[in-house]
Amino acid sequence: MSSGDARRTVVVTGIAGRLGRVVARALHHVPGLAIHGLDRRPFPARPKDIVHHQVDVRSKKAREIFRTGEVAALVHLGLMHDPRAKPADVYSWNVAGTQKLLEYCQAYRIPKVVVLSSADVYGPRPENPQFLTEDAPLLAAQRFPQMRDLVEIDHLASTFLWKARDVETVVLRPVHILGAVHNAPSNYLRLDPVPRLLGFDPMVQIIHERDVAAAILAALAPGARGIYNIVGPGQVPLSVILRELGRRTIPIPHPLARPLWSTAFRLGLSSYPVAEFDFIRYVCMVDGSRAARDLGFAARATLRETILAVDTPG
Amino acid sequence: MAVTDWLRRRFDQVAARRQAPPDEVSQRTTALALRDNEYGYDAFGLGRAQLETAVRTAGWFYRHYFRAEAHGVEHVPATGRVLLVANHAGQLPFDGMVIAAACFLEPPTPRLVRSMIEHFVPTVPFASYLLARWGQIIGTPENCRRLLDDDEAILVFPEGARGISKPFSRRYQLAPFGLGFMRLALATGTPIVPVAVVGSEEQAPAINLKRLAKLVGAPSFPLVPYPPFIPIVPLPVKYRLYFGPAMTFTGDPDDDDEVIADKATAVKRRIESMLHLGLQERKHVFW
Repeated sequence: MSSGDARRTVVVTGIAGRLGRVVARALHHVPGLAIHGLDRRPFPARPKDIVHHQVDVRSKKAREIFRTGEVAALVHLGLMHDPRAKPADVYSWNVAGTQKLLEYCQAYRIPKVVVLSSADVYGPRPENPQFLTEDAPLLAAQRFPQMRDLVEIDHLASTFLWKARDVETVVLRPVHILGAVHNAPSNYLRLDPVPRLLGFDPMVQIIHERDVAAAILAALAPGARGIYNIVGPGQVPLSVILRELGRRTIPIPHPLARPLWSTAFRLGLSSYPVAEFDFIRYVCMVDGSRAARDLGFAARATLRETILAVDTPG
Repeated sequence: MAVTDWLRRRFDQVAARRQAPPDEVSQRTTALALRDNEYGYDAFGLGRAQLETAVRTAGWFYRHYFRAEAHGVEHVPATGRVLLVANHAGQLPFDGMVIAAACFLEPPTPRLVRSMIEHFVPTVPFASYLLARWGQIIGTPENCRRLLDDDEAILVFPEGARGISKPFSRRYQLAPFGLGFMRLALATGTPIVPVAVVGSEEQAPAINLKRLAKLVGAPSFPLVPYPPFIPIVPLPVKYRLYFGPAMTFTGDPDDDDEVIADKATAVKRRIESMLHLGLQERKHVFW
């Protein structure tokens, strides 16, 4: 944000989540920023100078926050990834919520919008090139309709980037975020024993949650706009991560895995929808050179630190 | 992975019992310049530890099973980007393995040659990751371009599946070349080293049952006249490799197909003439 601008308020959606708190902590270190949280969950242990609006993003009250004219930037993290929730609720929250937020930003001329998408939107496919660039098609929903919400939000944000020319929009597509966060990759790596597919050991890219916060800070710099893949310190085979964490593994032959997994999910024994299976089977890796060049972003945590972050209490 | 871990431990125990001093293969693997990370893997999933096992296996086939001769390996540059273009035959890609073994074992410094594998391979258990650990890459233009930009050596078979599945009756008759390799060479300014492989075309004297292949939905259905009748074991033919001087091409990589095809045909002609010379020199298929 330019220092001459009077509006220094950053609104962070989903601030009460684990990643939201990491991002809030990172923003808190930047002098002269007023942080406003926007989340329907309470944010109990927050620093005193963070203002929290415990409202639904689709509500009128959320609109009021943007209407004050003090908001300098929106950081949109507040996506719901609850595999147990009703698809219609998830859709309404994620897609309709994002659409509403983007509408407010356009209507009240918010100068900067950062949307956290994910590198998962490209989809794990056997014919993927080793490193996908930002212009690769988003094919995650082709094999799994469950991924449609994520892809649709990414499309919404990318379209907004071209539609609202006076808003600097940044879409970030980070690789698997590891840390104290409760997302699918971190939860999967915290299982013990970890089920894996017999005969499959794809290369995976990982990034530390603090590095994601650093990428968001980089995206908030004035002038930055566009779509960026965000990569961490590199890529390793999945088996190396599991060995580093000292996990026991259960190899499952892949023809059995699908029925076993979906039964376990239906019985409530597992919280991984079958759709996420291909992430431990095929490669879905991205090229982060555009973010390195344009945003000057480079991950600071090493591979080992990033892997071990899943076991550190947040 | 419990099974592979156990196997690896067993291998290590056997190796320790032999107390062998570092042999040529392990020296060469250690000497190989790789851009690997702190865990010993490069960006495309190649693992230095697994590569040594692969080189050992390929070296055995190269030296003892196929008793391969390599002529003109000095034409493969020790560093810098290069595309090796070869004829493809024999139902199973032993020709790729032999060329890679020659480039790793014969020159003064080992050169890692990566080849482009079919898109279905990542769906096959074990092959999915083992081939990647041994330095093979999924055959997409993006992958090839990225590696050439990083000054690596790539082996391509422009005949593709048409070449490897050709029947015995069409041995040493090259199938039409694809044009992708030439466009990549032009776009990245990569010299092309033509390679003629004599021997692979006789390793599996097969006929191809096209109707049956269509019925089971496979790209080909080869049969050989000896048990087990499907060509999973190659005959111990003698391999002769002829590496030609590098060819450099200039031009627009996005030119019309005819223009690119002329350039690709020049490479094909060079391979054909080297094949003819090799076949004339040869006294017997097996020795």
